Amino acid sequence: MKDLIGIKELSKEDINVILDTAASFKDVLKRDIKKVPALRGKTVVNLFFEPSTRTKTSFELAEKRISTDVLNFSVPTSSVVKGESLLDTVRTIEAYGVDFIVIRHSSSGVPHFIARNVKASVINAGDGINEHPTQALLDAFSIVEKKGGLNGLKVAIVGDITHSRVAKSNVYLLSKFGAHIRLVGPPTLIPDMAGYGVEVFYNMEDGLKDVDVIMMLRIQTERQGKGFFPSTLEYFKNWGLDTQRLELADKDAVVMHPGPMNRGIEISSDVADSAQSIILDQVTNGIAVRMAVMYLLGGAKENA
Amino acid sequence: MRKTMLIKNGHIVDPSQDIDGIGDIIIEDGKIKEIKLKGQGSKTKGQEMETIDASGLYVFPGLVDMHTHLREPGFEHKETIKTGTLAAVRGGITSVCCMPNTNPVNDNRTVTEFILRKAFDEGSCNVYPIGAITKGQKGEELAEMGMMREEGCVAFSDDGMPIMNGSLMRRALEYSKTFNVPIISHCEDLSLSEGGSMNEGALSTQLGLRGIPYASEDVMVARDIILAELTGGRLHIAHVSTEGSVRLIRQAKERGANITAETCPHYFTVTEDAVKGYNTNAKVNPPLRRQKDVEAVREGLKDGTIDIIATDHAPHHKDEKLLEFDRAPSGISGFETALSLSLMLVHYGVLTMSRLVEKTALHPAKILGIDKGTLKAGSDADIAIADMNKEFKVEQDKFISKGKNTPFEGWKLKGMPVITICKGKVYDCRKLIGG
Repeated sequence: MKDLIGIKELSKEDINVILDTAASFKDVLKRDIKKVPALRGKTVVNLFFEPSTRTKTSFELAEKRISTDVLNFSVPTSSVVKGESLLDTVRTIEAYGVDFIVIRHSSSGVPHFIARNVKASVINAGDGINEHPTQALLDAFSIVEKKGGLNGLKVAIVGDITHSRVAKSNVYLLSKFGAHIRLVGPPTLIPDMAGYGVEVFYNMEDGLKDVDVIMMLRIQTERQGKGFFPSTLEYFKNWGLDTQRLELADKDAVVMHPGPMNRGIEISSDVADSAQSIILDQVTNGIAVRMAVMYLLGGAKENA
Repeated sequence: MRKTMLIKNGHIVDPSQDIDGIGDIIIEDGKIKEIKLKGQGSKTKGQEMETIDASGLYVFPGLVDMHTHLREPGFEHKETIKTGTLAAVRGGITSVCCMPNTNPVNDNRTVTEFILRKAFDEGSCNVYPIGAITKGQKGEELAEMGMMREEGCVAFSDDGMPIMNGSLMRRALEYSKTFNVPIISHCEDLSLSEGGSMNEGALSTQLGLRGIPYASEDVMVARDIILAELTGGRLHIAHVSTEGSVRLIRQAKERGANITAETCPHYFTVTEDAVKGYNTNAKVNPPLRRQKDVEAVREGLKDGTIDIIATDHAPHHKDEKLLEFDRAPSGISGFETALSLSLMLVHYGVLTMSRLVEKTALHPAKILGIDKGTLKAGSDADIAIADMNKEFKVEQDKFISKGKNTPFEGWKLKGMPVITICKGKVYDCRKLIGG
């Protein structure tokens, strides 16, 4: 495999290999010296066309811990604003001799487009409203860590599914592993996901009943002005996760959130900070998963 | 000396005269002189004339393409009147109407005159400009339809920039009655399609692309039909792509509404699946829809709900399509595949050859009020000759059009234009070289 474009493009076997590899990198991260020389001499460029703090930091840390040379392509000072085409930008970067391109872009399909046009390994760090595959992988890793597996689990994904690449990648991943997926949110924010065996709930209480995993999504407050919902207050009243609603889920249910959280809009502080919350585990696991992805793609390149 | 020509032994299809049989056509000075069907009268003597042997081939009026973009003036990197009209001829098309979204917009007689003069000097086929309904296609105030009509515009449209203001659309339909010209409506409610770049549904979710719901088209088709009925103006609905539009138009026609409708080869041939892999060459507006829409469009062609087939030829430069999917422009370069894709409808039994010629030549000419789409004696010899059984592969790099943007690249099609006669010249379609 050359690239990690999306979960859709991966097989169950591919995902298992990534998760297993991530487990060994997680052990590395527990050591005093958290660095391995696996990809020494390889160069990564973080090409972020969209603002990102968390994903970019997580990638950068993973890149450093696996000993790659890291290059950050800063968008505001780039040629993009001068009207250079995306393809020219990417080809220029490739000419620097990079081995990996980690890309985030507001247009769906950009990683696919780039992967077709460059020799470097392309890793999708989020494209438009399409996918965010490393997030779904780290989510799966975090669930497996707590629950032992994915098959048969009841997972509620709550919030703005339509505009969430995190939700999409999670649906694609969970459906491959036989989880029961529930999409919970206002009808204005739930897209047509026919073919992935999802159950749709507009009522939060019904949606959360007996679930093993609750994945909360960030609600973007600007959706409020576009007619998707009337106010954040009304949103929280209907689809916010508070302690009372959490009790409807299985007593061992875990609560997840890709961050950054809007406390009091989609999740109450009590829940976010509760013992059931694995939100900070997700952050730690993200580094191990991203190291694993780079290791596997880089390794494949050497064998080729 | 008079220049005469004979097209011998072809299968002539001319629905304007109910002709559908083997025969000869005699052309004199670029006009049809006579059609002699086999078994009628004396045999044509062809010794002294230039003769085209059309044995085994269909001979019919050249296509009248009501919906095209020639891009000149202003976007000559995408297409010019010269390249566009030659590409049309290669596709068996002998008359094209060009939409006004040029730069400057064809919203005044000066631009109309420029287009016609260019077409006269450099055009391989007949060019009929379509004027803008509103100044600058801004949807704010009416353009000078009367003066553009006088200059040579045959219809009016703000194609690509739907008139969202219902009152203004009403006035346009009313005002156009003065000149008895059709108002061509690109039916799209922009508030419903905002931000979308493909058909809305499970596939758009799967590709993470914002969708354009079928309702965006249907709602405007309904509005414009109602406004046409209110005003008595002549409404022509462009590029029908949805099952709902077909149904609305069918119902309106049953009521006797004064409307006509068109579709394009891509809407009766391919579904939204062509977009998979973020293929920007399959990005078009309205977007490619679902299988049931494709079937409904075919049914609409079959039962007469849809009057005509046009290409919506929308060439773009390669670099413009080599972009992020949501940033790439919409459009398909259609001249050089339209007739072949239409002939597939005959192979599939959706249309007879005669019905097809009605939709590609006779009906558009009637709607536009131009003396084309017929092989009647005295009319211009605008003729297409096609080999129904010739199989070939679509190769975008061989297009004469500057726009290589086709979702049909590599498709194997059966049936192609072989000779086009237009403005007194004979073109061998297989020898016209593009690139």
